[in-house]
Amino acid sequence: MLGLMLVQMSSMRDALAEALLELGSKDQRIVVLGADTSVSIKTSLFADRYPDRFFNVGIAEANMIGIAAGLALAGKIPYVSTYSAFVPGKCLDQIRNAVAYPNLDVKIVSSHGGVSVGPDGASHQTVEDVAAMRAIPHLRVILPADAPSTRVLIEESWRTPGPFYIRLSRPSVPEVYSSRPDLKVGHVKVLKEGTDVAIIACGVMVNAALEAGESLAKEKISAEIVDCHTLKPLDADTIVGVARKTGGIVTAEEQNIIGGLGSAVAESTSSSYPVPISMVGVRDTFGESGEYKELMAKYGLTSKDIVRAAKKLVASR
Amino acid sequence: MEQTQIPFGMLLQKAVRIRTHILEMLAEAKSGHPGGSLSAVEILVSLYFYKMRHDPKRPDWPDRDRFVLSKGHAAPVLFATLAEAGYIPISELKTLRKLNSRLQGHPDHRVPGVEFPGGSLGIGLSAAIGMALAGKIDKKDYRVYALLGDGELDEGETWEAAMAAPKFKLGNLTAIIDRNGIQQDGLTEQIMPMEPLAYKWKAFNWHVLEVDGFDLRQVIEALEKAENMRNRPTVIIAHTVKGKGVSFMEWDPAYHGKAPDKDTVKKLVESMRNQ
Ligand SMILES: Cc1ncc(C[n+]2csc(CCOP(=O)(O)OP(=O)(O)O)c2C)c(N)n1
Ligand SMILES: [Mg+2]
Repeated sequence: MLGLMLVQMSSMRDALAEALLELGSKDQRIVVLGADTSVSIKTSLFADRYPDRFFNVGIAEANMIGIAAGLALAGKIPYVSTYSAFVPGKCLDQIRNAVAYPNLDVKIVSSHGGVSVGPDGASHQTVEDVAAMRAIPHLRVILPADAPSTRVLIEESWRTPGPFYIRLSRPSVPEVYSSRPDLKVGHVKVLKEGTDVAIIACGVMVNAALEAGESLAKEKISAEIVDCHTLKPLDADTIVGVARKTGGIVTAEEQNIIGGLGSAVAESTSSSYPVPISMVGVRDTFGESGEYKELMAKYGLTSKDIVRAAKKLVASR
Repeated sequence: MEQTQIPFGMLLQKAVRIRTHILEMLAEAKSGHPGGSLSAVEILVSLYFYKMRHDPKRPDWPDRDRFVLSKGHAAPVLFATLAEAGYIPISELKTLRKLNSRLQGHPDHRVPGVEFPGGSLGIGLSAAIGMALAGKIDKKDYRVYALLGDGELDEGETWEAAMAAPKFKLGNLTAIIDRNGIQQDGLTEQIMPMEPLAYKWKAFNWHVLEVDGFDLRQVIEALEKAENMRNRPTVIIAHTVKGKGVSFMEWDPAYHGKAPDKDTVKKLVESMRNQ
């Protein structure tokens, strides 16, 4: 089955660490904050290289965001990072009032998003973070598909002034992009052209979307595959164009379909060019313990689920 | 009511059994948190097999004492203790962290005997205050115990709760701190210094006791002293060693969240049983 294609697996956390090391050498304003998870998230590598520009605040996520706000107000560019369950979970107010409202240059990188976290279970998984972050004005919300795009999008966040929420996943994932993809904040990336249906995905679901596209091709369904790494600001122009071209959209995301990517796509198309949208994602439930792949299957987050949704959508027209 | 108190002399054996369960569960799961589970064994043994009023046949008995595992990542020590007490079958322990198991990575309400879901650090003491307040409203004499990690104390909410409990004169509340000196990234005194810890709690108007967390007699005596405080909450700072009982895990921050493999555990368990 694996056939000729050799799949390169890599970790978003490694990419984050590499990006921060590079930015740290280019720009002295870069500081990094951790909350007792920095060995796990690998920002400890930044701490080793630049001990004067790294601050571990302990298990105190709210304090971390508040401190980051102060650093930004004094001219620094803080990258704060811990598990998605606790940032934003523990500090929605600090993100809203101290970072987003004054539009500060704070880059929040949350790792271990979604249910792919695995055996730690529901307390350490997130289904709600993306909706919560999307609903806060000024925040840009980014979900990279793999390690190479994580690297590029972290650099993009440095080039783009203002607050960011960048959400990574825990497992090593297949590389969707080979080396340095050309990705811009606020622009989707069309990975494959198609005419019958569009699959718009973010995060680890982009790879599943590509796999689904291949399966659909075998059944003579031509699917356009789109990596929507920036959920906010959404590339509404391109997405409406995709809707016009294909007449139907499947969205795929590793979080609650309430308030996530599917909602964002619906918000952008409904008034200008409404098409049926079928949302693949977590259906308003908490996750649980289990292995990554088992959980993705149980919660309907595989390429098969995307194929099923796409075929149903095509058949209904 | 089921007799849950066992003779003092048998508590040590319970501790050994629970330690072996913890290691076997983690090896089977291939992930999880050994360090902070092993450091808390004697604390849970003192509570569940000596001090607490509870009935494994009636986990929802309104008059039961409550135990809140605020440092929820120590789920293995709680599940192993609940199994030894008879709340769940011992054979179920090997399902820890597996898909569709009740035994989640962090404890939750599907397991009888679990009072509070503690995966997100910093919330448990607040929840324990709520239970203690309800006990006062209802004129019940049950007691509430909360076990906190020393790294967990970094969370601001802990100190909000620390201010609230003396205000409400919660003599029915006992907080226990597993003072093992290590959190996830390293030593507590390097990541976020906690000392002088006892002074902090004294300044917050708590009745403060310090014990060797592996000396069952000291732990039980402290729990008894706490009960004699009518209008003031007690905090017991239990000095422990993270990874206690497994020489290569003791004091090593790496074993905060790294499971041992099956072969190693087999050897460890044999030597523990022969001791
Ligand atoms: C709010 C929150 N932030 C981060 C974590 C990740 N985490 C799990 S355990 C842990 C360290 C806990 O250290 P401590 O409280 O000392 O526990 P113990 O040493 O008893 O295992 C961290 C940071 C978490 N579970 N909850
Ligand atoms: Mg500790």
